[in-house]
Amino acid sequence: MTNTVTQTADGDIAEALCDQVREAHASRTPLRIVGGDTRAFYGRPVEGQALNLAGHSGIVDYDPVELVVTVRAGTRLSALDAELAKNHQMLAFEPPAFGEASTIGGAVATGLSGPRRPWAGAARDFVLGTRVITQEGKLLRFGGEVMKNVAGYDFSRLMAGAQGTLGVLSDISFKVLPLPSASHSLRLSMGIDDALKKLAELGRQPLPITAAAWHQDELFIRLEGGHSSVKATRERLGGDDLDASFWQQLRDHQHAFFTPSEGQALWRLSLPPNTPPLALDIDDADMLYDWGGSQRWVKTSLDADTLRDACRTAGGHATCYTPYAQGGAQSPFTPLPSVVEKYHRNLKAELDAQGIFNPGRLYAAF
Amino acid sequence: MNILFDERLDGELVRRDKTEVLTDLQQAVPSLTLLHREEDLRPFECDGLAAYRILPMLVALPETLEQVESLLKRCHALSVPVVTRGAGTGLSGGALPLERGVLLVMSRFNQIVNVDPEARLARVQPGVRNLAISEAAAPYGLYYAPDPSSQIACSIGGNVAENAGGVHCLKYGLTVHNVMRVDILTIEGEHMTLGSEALDAPGFDLLALMNGSEGMLGVVTEITVKLLPKPETAKVLMASFDDVEKAGRAVGDIIAAGIIPGGLEMMDKLAIKAAEDFVKAGYPLDAEAILLCELDGVEADVDDDCDTVRRVLTDAGATDIQQARDEAERAKFWAGRKNAFPAVGRMSPDYYCMDGTIPRRELPRVLKGIAALSEESGLLVANVFHAGDGNMHPLILFDANKEGELALAEDVGGKILELCVAAGGSITGEHGVGREKINQMCSQFQPDELSVFHALKAAFDPLRLLNPGKNIPTLARCAEFGAMHVHNNELPHPELPRF
Repeated sequence: MTNTVTQTADGDIAEALCDQVREAHASRTPLRIVGGDTRAFYGRPVEGQALNLAGHSGIVDYDPVELVVTVRAGTRLSALDAELAKNHQMLAFEPPAFGEASTIGGAVATGLSGPRRPWAGAARDFVLGTRVITQEGKLLRFGGEVMKNVAGYDFSRLMAGAQGTLGVLSDISFKVLPLPSASHSLRLSMGIDDALKKLAELGRQPLPITAAAWHQDELFIRLEGGHSSVKATRERLGGDDLDASFWQQLRDHQHAFFTPSEGQALWRLSLPPNTPPLALDIDDADMLYDWGGSQRWVKTSLDADTLRDACRTAGGHATCYTPYAQGGAQSPFTPLPSVVEKYHRNLKAELDAQGIFNPGRLYAAF
Repeated sequence: MNILFDERLDGELVRRDKTEVLTDLQQAVPSLTLLHREEDLRPFECDGLAAYRILPMLVALPETLEQVESLLKRCHALSVPVVTRGAGTGLSGGALPLERGVLLVMSRFNQIVNVDPEARLARVQPGVRNLAISEAAAPYGLYYAPDPSSQIACSIGGNVAENAGGVHCLKYGLTVHNVMRVDILTIEGEHMTLGSEALDAPGFDLLALMNGSEGMLGVVTEITVKLLPKPETAKVLMASFDDVEKAGRAVGDIIAAGIIPGGLEMMDKLAIKAAEDFVKAGYPLDAEAILLCELDGVEADVDDDCDTVRRVLTDAGATDIQQARDEAERAKFWAGRKNAFPAVGRMSPDYYCMDGTIPRRELPRVLKGIAALSEESGLLVANVFHAGDGNMHPLILFDANKEGELALAEDVGGKILELCVAAGGSITGEHGVGREKINQMCSQFQPDELSVFHALKAAFDPLRLLNPGKNIPTLARCAEFGAMHVHNNELPHPELPRF
């Protein structure tokens, strides 16, 4: 099988990045790690010298038959998606893009996943390996370019969602999957209680559902798979046709819902499947359920503690997507239990002793 | 390979008198079952890597979390190492005891706490057998996807420790993809919940880090796994090939056709013969290789995919293609594969199972390399292969009673793993490093990378009391074994003494 596409693009600046990290380490200069700079709203603001990865771009290796692609972190999501689509493949976790400049490095660092997440897996589930720049400015390789690899600790998956606070993602290898051969999206009229009940019932059956959202008395479902099963399920579920662009708008927060009114902040509630609607004073119109009910977007002026208490009681957590400077919560991420926080601090101390990597981005303390 | 813990290379262990430790633990945790007589310790001297045996200082068989917590606190205070063991079926010596350590056996934590069919989750204790989860979920039409060949006996706690795989990984993932939450106890006896019944949790993804950490970062005390709806149907095709390379190419062709099979397995002639002699699976004895391709999902799609795969296999030069006619025949086809290890075990007094992974395109080259090693050493090698995800299980046949054969088998095994690394693969796809592949880690990782692993370990267990000597080699060990990466033509760590 020599279907390898190698694109040794002009964008390999790993050495320069390592040099900058070494200097920052020596002078204890905090670094703000930037790719397309489209995700700065997510997490706490970072004060520091920019470490710019946008120039570190290009597909390093892509062999569709191996289902593996290796890319430099600064590669734009749009470019990677296009290259994969040419070979009828995709990143199955549907990373959100918050602008044309959004990069794959930012997607993995923030660990965010799109509507297919409950059925296909999260960003970290598709990360096979990484190249990481450490605090000493060394470029090291973890994981690999193979489907299964349990040698050593899974440092690569730990990097997904760590928001650059433990090291700089330089290159990432992903498992990719074939694009589904058939797809159909539909909308059904129903209230949230019925929608959750229906999703639980459908979830126990082997149906080709790959996205399910609810907003303003409508349940939105995407079917993907073989032609036969998509057709059969479509006939069974009925409903009206839905334009597939709905899912991309939902993924990238381009849907009209994602514009909070004056005084409101946008929150993401992450809850166990089947959690009934929380008893919170929020209008139905200000709620959008995604991930079959596991991810709920709310626009509200309620304070962080009220939201977080309700989520904690239900076994979940709440993240504020509106920056503090624009009226969002001071701590966008739910505070950690003390023992868990202790081990977060230990990890940070081991891997970034000088606190140079995106200090304070996740939590003020580290 | 010197499998015994070697303080010179693996780091010093605190010397404690056995009676002193026993008395201390008995006083601190009076209700805890502690084994200390040689005849009681004997059954715990090895795990599934039975060639290597060491008597632990003590065996602890706790039944409550409080006992585990108190035990860990005392061991931490005394600086006594703790090796955690589940069902003891691991194949890399991950639960190999230490003569100066306590073996913490979690097998009495064998309760399924809860199966929630609505949320499609199961909460289980670590000693629950892998297969028991699927059995408990079956009445709801659900199952737990990862299915290591040892699933009838292996425990879910061990699955988490090793990030266990199975024959359905390509489509359904490894343990790490199917575990939602773990409760752990740290070496200091602190309780910590990682992950959540929601699809994510705030902070670092310590749940991902815990999977496959081989009991080096914490002790898993409860696990919440994701359950999947049982596929409506599963159909198996068996294709025969007169040439191993053709079979290897057919695997890539199936993927290239846009199909992700539920399982895609390959066996070579020796493995086919062994399995056929053992379980009468209906395998063709004249074939050089067979592929088993399972397609699962919704009936109509599976039928379409079966047609596509049959066409791909024919084009790839298959000499015969059979489709299991019914569930009984499907089970029979799989029985041959799932029993391949014991089947090979009947052909030879001993066998040594390897677990390397490679990019699939490298299969012909690596198989040739294995054949050459087999010829050169005079040891037969049977190949069983999770072909879909590039995970090879060469089984090296030997007789430990023959002078030098164990060492020879280890040598061949080590060289096979180095072939895998050179092909861009890994020394272990699902069995773990354990004690077995500790030296080969030096060929897969360079010292700076190993140092990052040591830093991760230090964040959780700075005194290195949890399962010392496993998974991550010390730099001193790599220097001694000479298999270190030579990076930029510089010998790493010239300051370290070479023995």
